[in-house]
Amino acid sequence: MLSQELRGQVQYVDVLIVGAGPAGMAAAIAAKEAGVENLLVLEREQNMGGILRQCIHNGFGLHRFKEELTGPEYAQRDIDRVRDLGIEVRCGTTVLSIDENRFVTAISKEKGVQLFEAGALILAMGCRERPRGALATPGARCSGIYSAGTAQKFVNLEGYMPGKRVVILGSGDIGLIMARRMTLQGAKVLACVELMPYSSGLNRNIVQCLHDYDIPLLLSHTVIDIEGKERLSGVTVAQVDERRNPIPGTEQHFDCDTLLLSVGLIPENELTLQANVEMSPLTQGAVVDDSLQTDKEGIFACGNVLHVHDLVDFVSAESFKAGKAAAAYVQGKSRKGAYVRLKDGEGVRGVVPQRLLVPEGEAESVQVMFRPAGVYENATVSILDGDKEILRQKKRILTPGEMAELMLKPEQIKALSGGDVTVQIVR
Amino acid sequence: MEKRIIVIGGGVIGCAMARLLSRYEAKVTVLEGGEDVAHGASKANSGIVHAGFDAKPGSLKAKLNVEGARMYPELCKEVDAPYGQPGAMVLAFSQEERATVQELYKQGEQNGVAGQRIIEKDEILKLEPNVNPNVVCALLEPMSGLTSPYELTCALADHAAVNGATFVMNAKVQTIEKNGDGFALHTTKGEYTADLIVNCAGVFSAELHNQLSEKKLHIIPRKGEYYLLDHQKDLLFTMTMFQTPTKMGKGILVSPTVHGNTLLGPSADDIEDGTDVSTTAAALKIVNEKARLTWPGLSLRTVVTTFAGVRAHEENGDFIIGATEGVQGSYETIGIESPGLSAAPAIAKLLTEQIISENGLAEKKEWKPAPKREKPFYAMTLEERVDVVKRNPEYGALVCRCEQVTEAEIRAAIRRPVGATTIDGVKRRTRAGMGRCQGGFCSPRVLEILSEELGVAPTEVTKCGGESRILTGTIAQSMHKGDA
Repeated sequence: MLSQELRGQVQYVDVLIVGAGPAGMAAAIAAKEAGVENLLVLEREQNMGGILRQCIHNGFGLHRFKEELTGPEYAQRDIDRVRDLGIEVRCGTTVLSIDENRFVTAISKEKGVQLFEAGALILAMGCRERPRGALATPGARCSGIYSAGTAQKFVNLEGYMPGKRVVILGSGDIGLIMARRMTLQGAKVLACVELMPYSSGLNRNIVQCLHDYDIPLLLSHTVIDIEGKERLSGVTVAQVDERRNPIPGTEQHFDCDTLLLSVGLIPENELTLQANVEMSPLTQGAVVDDSLQTDKEGIFACGNVLHVHDLVDFVSAESFKAGKAAAAYVQGKSRKGAYVRLKDGEGVRGVVPQRLLVPEGEAESVQVMFRPAGVYENATVSILDGDKEILRQKKRILTPGEMAELMLKPEQIKALSGGDVTVQIVR
Repeated sequence: MEKRIIVIGGGVIGCAMARLLSRYEAKVTVLEGGEDVAHGASKANSGIVHAGFDAKPGSLKAKLNVEGARMYPELCKEVDAPYGQPGAMVLAFSQEERATVQELYKQGEQNGVAGQRIIEKDEILKLEPNVNPNVVCALLEPMSGLTSPYELTCALADHAAVNGATFVMNAKVQTIEKNGDGFALHTTKGEYTADLIVNCAGVFSAELHNQLSEKKLHIIPRKGEYYLLDHQKDLLFTMTMFQTPTKMGKGILVSPTVHGNTLLGPSADDIEDGTDVSTTAAALKIVNEKARLTWPGLSLRTVVTTFAGVRAHEENGDFIIGATEGVQGSYETIGIESPGLSAAPAIAKLLTEQIISENGLAEKKEWKPAPKREKPFYAMTLEERVDVVKRNPEYGALVCRCEQVTEAEIRAAIRRPVGATTIDGVKRRTRAGMGRCQGGFCSPRVLEILSEELGVAPTEVTKCGGESRILTGTIAQSMHKGDA
């Protein structure tokens, strides 16, 4: 319970957005454009832009802007729009807590503790990297081991090199990008080691960041030992079998002073959990409907906090939808209808949205996104309403590294029977 | 003339000794081989304050464990270290183990442990629903407590330092010579001389003892590996869950930490090199498998890290505490393995009393209280946070998002009497970097603050001293080399 004094300090905000990365900015722009005036964005870093700020390579914006931008350039377009629209953004402000009644506490140097009650709350906190500890890779606990994004921050934002001879574990996109970045900066990248028989990174990054620099990609390999008393001095790499266990006799040793980890991104949902929002164990994000609303009314989630995207363009697109939906919610324009569940079928992991509204009035198209559980060539993706196939699409290639999507048309949604809907891949 | 006392080793025992000795008219110096206090076993153990049922009746371990555990609540309050007393259970999964539990109960009675009783399956599962339902009975030990061993060690060091004790880091004692009435110590940081020495050198304590004494001792470094799981909304276990002990120790425990994480371990493997704290696939596998007996629902999904510590196991199995036989002026604490942390306050008290009485040390007129620290931000109520950030705006800058550690606390940790000088030092004093992202987000900022506070270049900041630098140079330097 709040004391009388603190209760008086609670500020009401129509739409409150946590995070001013690409997701938070897009959500804010959409909400403002939909007519919400009382809008506030809270950002823990000193600047807007989120992780894009340190992604100084290009390749962003091809879908959204039809041109190739660097991360900071992409972010700047949204930052400019946020400013033009006069949206209030408080940087250096960390959200400490949220609850299901959308009561929010935050703190900053300038304003101290701040208390809010939000009409709608949009969660756009992004994701974090899986650290070495989570892998439980055995060996020494010396310095010289970094998640790829931390190394990227040191190099691109702070101007420091974290090492000279580098092995990269995991072939996530940030790891691939850092292989090239470290090489261009004069470091020697010895190998990129991937546990799975395929890379989780985008194909264009494998070509442009590894092949172009003759950096070997060791698939079905992992690091089995880490050596070094104070600073890292070497790692042992071995091939793994189908069950991902190291194969004795395949060990090879690399003398290196740096190990970069690019072994997965985890949506950062500690705040979401505080609000008792229903979560998906597969996406590690909230369970949402096609308007990005969670099971808690008025709480929305979008971007990498919901599920990890491959491209920022898709983060922005999803977050525009969330911003628009949050605006509709506070304006009392929410849709009415009945929900159906969207489920993962064969070969599908982590479909989003997990709930679909069959509206009373007109329906709109809904984009259904998911990750393939394995590599598929010339497979068919289909959506089933109960046992009945309502959509079928051929896909030339499906890999876990690239998010797959399908569009459900308004007439298909209106025709749903009301039972569970399943998305599946058939070889 | 004031006696010069050198304490060898800045672990929990060395720092507890320095703290108590700083109360007397003497010049106390702690020589620590590592970059920081709590560099050895004190930074990597279970953090349990054992009730005292486990040690063999009549042993020093039994006596000092029970005494030490009783001293904990007040000591932690006095020096401002975390302490909790959630209790513990020793679980029996067979009639054979029931007999062991009954033996332990009797042993506890003999050792003077209060409040223990044997409870049956229903009560166990009611208290701890995550326990394996195949459990038969358990020894309930309500006096069992938890602390944070490295935070306690840092707090003891601070208290000693404000009372005049000097801490010299990176001064690993290599040889000791008896030099007339005193001692000459050759360290990695030069020569030191002392009238009295107190050997608290953990895994190296027997080696130093053997340089002075004819009666040789032998320490077997015994490595223990752990999994640390993230804290969740609710505790998975409210009490420490032991299995019945084995020859190698207390077996694999599943325990909450004083900060609400869940700890699994330790393994027990005798090793050669006492500084080897690397983890191994084999030992972690054993921890994982054995912990499942206690907790069948174990999931490693929330592991934040794995770590290893090395216990100083003396061949004969008991603590060796007192004057070094036949060496005037030399005192020692050897073989301080579990329950060494629990016994630490009693060990320090016992040995300090012996030293002051044998050397006629007078009490100082004034012994300053331990420096007061602000409550950690993560533990503050909303009202306390409103208040603290008004007094110090640096509380408004969250640096470690996982553990909610603020800039104010990181700066304060570096400015403490025995302050943090490394990323790990900050971590142990504040918890910044202890969480689920393992410093991924906060380490660049912690490094920057260390660089500012210590007045060194960012490239000089280390993880844990020595060559453990985080950065190898600037971008400009690397480009230059790249061109060459």
